[in-house]
Amino acid sequence: MNKVENNRAWFLVTPVFLLVAFSAVIPLMTVVNYSVQDIFDQNTAYFVGAEWYREVLNDPRLHDSLLRQFIFSGSVLLIEIPLGIAVALMMPTRGWTASASLILLAIPLLIPWNVIGTIWQVFGRADIGLFGWALNSIGVDYNYASNPMDAWFTVLLMDVWHWTSLVALLCYSGLRAIPEAYYQAARIDRASNWAIFRYIQLPKLKSVLVIGILLRFMDSFMIYTEPFVLTGGGPGNSTTFLSQTLTQMAIGQFDLGPAAAFSLIYFLIVLLVSWLFFTTITHLDKAK
Amino acid sequence: MSWMAWTLPTAIFFATIAAILVAMTVYEIKSPCVERKGFLPIETSRGDRLFIGLLTSAYIHLLYVGLTEMTLWIALAISCVWLFIVMRWG
Repeated sequence: MNKVENNRAWFLVTPVFLLVAFSAVIPLMTVVNYSVQDIFDQNTAYFVGAEWYREVLNDPRLHDSLLRQFIFSGSVLLIEIPLGIAVALMMPTRGWTASASLILLAIPLLIPWNVIGTIWQVFGRADIGLFGWALNSIGVDYNYASNPMDAWFTVLLMDVWHWTSLVALLCYSGLRAIPEAYYQAARIDRASNWAIFRYIQLPKLKSVLVIGILLRFMDSFMIYTEPFVLTGGGPGNSTTFLSQTLTQMAIGQFDLGPAAAFSLIYFLIVLLVSWLFFTTITHLDKAK
Repeated sequence: MSWMAWTLPTAIFFATIAAILVAMTVYEIKSPCVERKGFLPIETSRGDRLFIGLLTSAYIHLLYVGLTEMTLWIALAISCVWLFIVMRWG
């Protein structure tokens, strides 16, 4: 039997293709071009080859912020994913409480990044902020502006407050998509709650969790505004993450060459980690 | 195009990548590939192997630049051999 393949539907992708070319591919090419040159102004640029890459790869400041970035993204995923699943499992499924909890959960996601930073900046202060004041008055010595551990704690807490909702909402929608028949079968088998979670809910949540993990990884890996507003990267450099180091380099010192080289390395890291995540999970699926 | 600050090496680089993509597309239309298992731990299609090969080549270059002062042509040669190995047996 001869089946005529019609591939003309691919033309429908053209607008997206053009948009991505304009917004991503061409800028990326420009960054590559910048990364191999020493640029003084529009007409004066010297080709320096891999010099900037060498400089950036051996820069201890970048090693430190890369390490901090991985610790931060790792902690964000370790906290937010289990917490999001737990919240989604405990949310009511019907009635007005379901709608109310959905709205409550969506609120943090609607607040702009710099406002989040400002909220926590005030909230955590020992003199006028409720959180900082309360901690200090029960005897905890808490000051996010001078103690690196407190700063880390506050930045993490802020991110968890801001983004756990996203994971919870994704998981909630995933849970609602599980047909009732699975639960009925589990009841007939007298499966425990844990068994239901482990063998029905968790496997069915896998696809939304992949999206959740990817989104949270990429988002936390490029976090900029919130720690910038909250701590300004301090105390010292203790909460200066990759994107802030990069901005200091590109905008602050106007070192376009090294900044371009660095952002390409940044890009390669994100590409590798995201690809690894995605491939591992999709191939786990196939193996079954 | 002057704001993009093109240089000859980067132009050659992107032209090569574009040429590889076009060639792979034509090859795929002429003889569609099937996923298979080579020495890589997962089943891969031709495009997967190209992506893996190019991404690892980028890391080979970074490692090379970070650790040695020698000419990049050696890194390029290593990458080409590696890309061939991945495409052929990966």
